[in-house]
Amino acid sequence: MTIGIGHYLTVAASLFTLGMFGIFLNRKNVIIILMSIELMLLAVNINLVAFSHFLGDLVGQVFALLILTVAAAEAAIGLAIVVVYYRNRGSIAVDDVNMMKG
Amino acid sequence: MALTAGFFYLFSVFSVIAGVMVIVAKNPVHAVLFLVLAFFNAAGLFILLGAEFLAMVLIIVYVGAVAVLFLFVVMMLDVDFAELKAGFIKNAPIGLLVGGIVLVELILLFVARGFDLGVAHKLAAAMPTADSGVSNTEALGHILYTKYIYFFEVAGLILLVAMIGAIVLTLQHKSGVRRQSIAAQVARLPKDGVEVVKVPSGGSVIPAPDGQS
Repeated sequence: MTIGIGHYLTVAASLFTLGMFGIFLNRKNVIIILMSIELMLLAVNINLVAFSHFLGDLVGQVFALLILTVAAAEAAIGLAIVVVYYRNRGSIAVDDVNMMKG
Repeated sequence: MALTAGFFYLFSVFSVIAGVMVIVAKNPVHAVLFLVLAFFNAAGLFILLGAEFLAMVLIIVYVGAVAVLFLFVVMMLDVDFAELKAGFIKNAPIGLLVGGIVLVELILLFVARGFDLGVAHKLAAAMPTADSGVSNTEALGHILYTKYIYFFEVAGLILLVAMIGAIVLTLQHKSGVRRQSIAAQVARLPKDGVEVVKVPSGGSVIPAPDGQS
């Protein structure tokens, strides 16, 4: 049996849905929300690399590299914001973020 | 071929299971470790797809840097995670609804469109064939440093902005800490530091009360 692009797209779709579900499931915990976003970006990367392989075009991998960079930057900034927020409030519950009611 | 299929199912099943465990794990440290497992299996999938360089970058960047950063933050913040789990069940139905809709839509798209990609007529950068002797890393480097050099520089710029942003966000100036001021030390002149006092014979000199002499 051969593994076609459909198999890879199915795995990526499952991971993307799991990431989205995780955001709803852990609405209070910022750290798990950030991890869910990482899962969704990973699913996008799997899609890009699968298309790159099955079309025989390397550009998909260049894009995947760029997404990897953005994901790493996003994780660093997000965790820095979490640390600053914890320093100010002593908690990381998302519900408290609307404190200023701006 | 059967070996490839076996490895594909191994990696994909483990990555999906790890993804499930990331979002349902009670302990966030376990969630981070399952995230690492998911990334490892995704790297395996990348190797099956012939993207060896991306697989290695995934392991180095994600497992080596991002996951460790997550672990560091989870362990540094003393947070009551059990309290954050409240409302876990309450939010599940709407999450299942939205997630289910997205999954069904994606599957419907696959079914309607089919998986036949056809033949791409105009490739931007053709992948090297297996017998050409050019590895994936080499081919990627050839196009990344020539045709896509601006992408590469933008990626570097993004990382620089992220680095500066993280430093600016988390840097804190504590008041009451005495720091060394090199400029003040260098700018100090002999006449500010030394005072020549004429001592009368048989008398004594009483230091000034501000401690300057």
